[in-house]
Amino acid sequence: MIQLGKLFKDYGSGTSIGPVDLEIPPGGVTALVGPNGAGKSTLLTMMGRLLGPDAGTVVIGGHDVTTTHPRKLATVVSTLRQENHFTARLTVRQLVALGRFPYTRGRINREDERIISESIEFFDLGSLQNRYLDQLSGGQRQRAYVAMVLCQETDYLLLDEPLNNLDMRHSVHMMHHLRRVADELGRTVLIVLHDVNFASHYSDWICAVKEGKVVEFGTPEEIMTDETLTRVFETPVTCHDGPSGRLAVYY
Amino acid sequence: MPDTATHDAAVPPALHHDTAREGFAAFISPAHRRRYWIALVCLLLVGLAFCLGILAWDNPLPFGTRGFWRIAESRATSVVVIAIVAVSQAMATVAFQTAANNRIITPSIMGFESLYVLIQTSVVYFLGAVGVTAIQGLPQYAMQVGLMVLFALGLYGWLLSGKYGNVQIMLLIGIVLGGGLGSVSTFMQRLLAPSDFDVLSARLFGSVSNADASYFPLAVPLCALATVALYLHSRKLNILSLGKDVTTNLGLKHRRELMLTLFWVSVLMAVSTSLIGPMTFLGFLVAILAYQFSDTYDHRYVFPMAVLIGFAVLAGAYFLLKNVFYAEGAVSIIIELVGGTVFLVVILRRGRL
Repeated sequence: MIQLGKLFKDYGSGTSIGPVDLEIPPGGVTALVGPNGAGKSTLLTMMGRLLGPDAGTVVIGGHDVTTTHPRKLATVVSTLRQENHFTARLTVRQLVALGRFPYTRGRINREDERIISESIEFFDLGSLQNRYLDQLSGGQRQRAYVAMVLCQETDYLLLDEPLNNLDMRHSVHMMHHLRRVADELGRTVLIVLHDVNFASHYSDWICAVKEGKVVEFGTPEEIMTDETLTRVFETPVTCHDGPSGRLAVYY
Repeated sequence: MPDTATHDAAVPPALHHDTAREGFAAFISPAHRRRYWIALVCLLLVGLAFCLGILAWDNPLPFGTRGFWRIAESRATSVVVIAIVAVSQAMATVAFQTAANNRIITPSIMGFESLYVLIQTSVVYFLGAVGVTAIQGLPQYAMQVGLMVLFALGLYGWLLSGKYGNVQIMLLIGIVLGGGLGSVSTFMQRLLAPSDFDVLSARLFGSVSNADASYFPLAVPLCALATVALYLHSRKLNILSLGKDVTTNLGLKHRRELMLTLFWVSVLMAVSTSLIGPMTFLGFLVAILAYQFSDTYDHRYVFPMAVLIGFAVLAGAYFLLKNVFYAEGAVSIIIELVGGTVFLVVILRRGRL
């Protein structure tokens, strides 16, 4: 379970995030949705302690992220930012292997190798594992990054817009994989999504964020209504029953 | 047909085993690993050859006589100086570029050398030509090193960890600061008496012959300590090179690791600069070549490569200038020329910072 208590971040000049009180249940996929600049990514990065809040607490799986030892915390929660630019030139396998750092401090053993190979296979990167990241397509690279946080073997995975810049096929592919991470490996996946229809179809819970506050939290059925989405996104939205779950139409 | 089928079935586990083993290594294939070691051994041999050359070339006395050894011994000072400078600049630049997440900026470009020039100039300005003798000695050397470490920690710590953690802004601030400190020095130099200025400019010229062997008792241990510390830090530096977010995500305290790295970097830079003066582009040249030759992200392999390249370049330049052009003082000029050219070529070819 992820518990946020009065989480608050002040950016000055009237812009602030929170205070947010929220409980995200363990297991499954939870999607954070909302308009641009609502504070989805800020919330996510504060949960993943990549950004320090000005006030409030984040407790993940019983660990307070500000007081828990960083090394211990790195085995409980892993966070992937949207932009990843590395100066060092790494292959897919080298990148994924870095996910084992919290456990063996860079001294990779047989057990690590097994988990690295599993993570690579899980994301169908086996044939690409000795390629450099800069030789991959955007979709493949994104998969490699997610494989790295998977390799960290944390119960909680926080992903900031992993579908960013991915086409239809790669987006669906990525969401399939993340669904399997939750269903087959029993991890809790928290993901920032831009497209509500992806959230509707692939997530168990949807958390709607607007102007730095959590305005709605519920199952896709509860959130995917004309009234709620129109209010959250401030644009006319109608919801229809699609072949597999509710679909929002806003064109 | 059954034969190929069994063969095919037998291949995957073996392949799997191979790739699993490769994951251990910092190199993507055994060929890369072999190339690394060959390059390392070659550089070692080249370095040793130049080292021997400096000691024995043009030695007027026959080999093996007592006089021969006496001359070689007096020349050994230069070899030790070259070694200290090469190790310091190479280790410091690679570690700094990792901490800064950028392979263009170096401690030198970020105003370190200007500070050295300012300290030297102020001493001469306030104390006169006698001041130059006043800043020569072990305690004074220690003080200068200490001052530079403090300055560097303050500046880089502030620049790299605050909200200015943006390369463009940092580079700009570093260069402007370097320029500013340089202007203060130039202004003071204008007001100096010509004879004082003459004494000063000899000091400000990066030169192996500037170095004083009496500094060794401090310079050698400091250099060794910082080098060992950074090398033992290699695995963490591998992570640090991926930036603040990934470092934090993997359970390291980014700010702490950053400051620790910068501390050792500033110790190394201070030791080197206080010993022989400014060498702006040596570190850059060495680091760029080291990444190229080692072809791995792993600092355990990049560091030795950088150190050996640094030694070979510096010793080579010194040997050639001394024995071919009879201008041993000009080592820094040549290295700046080559290093600066490489710097420009790299920036222009990459097309970005």
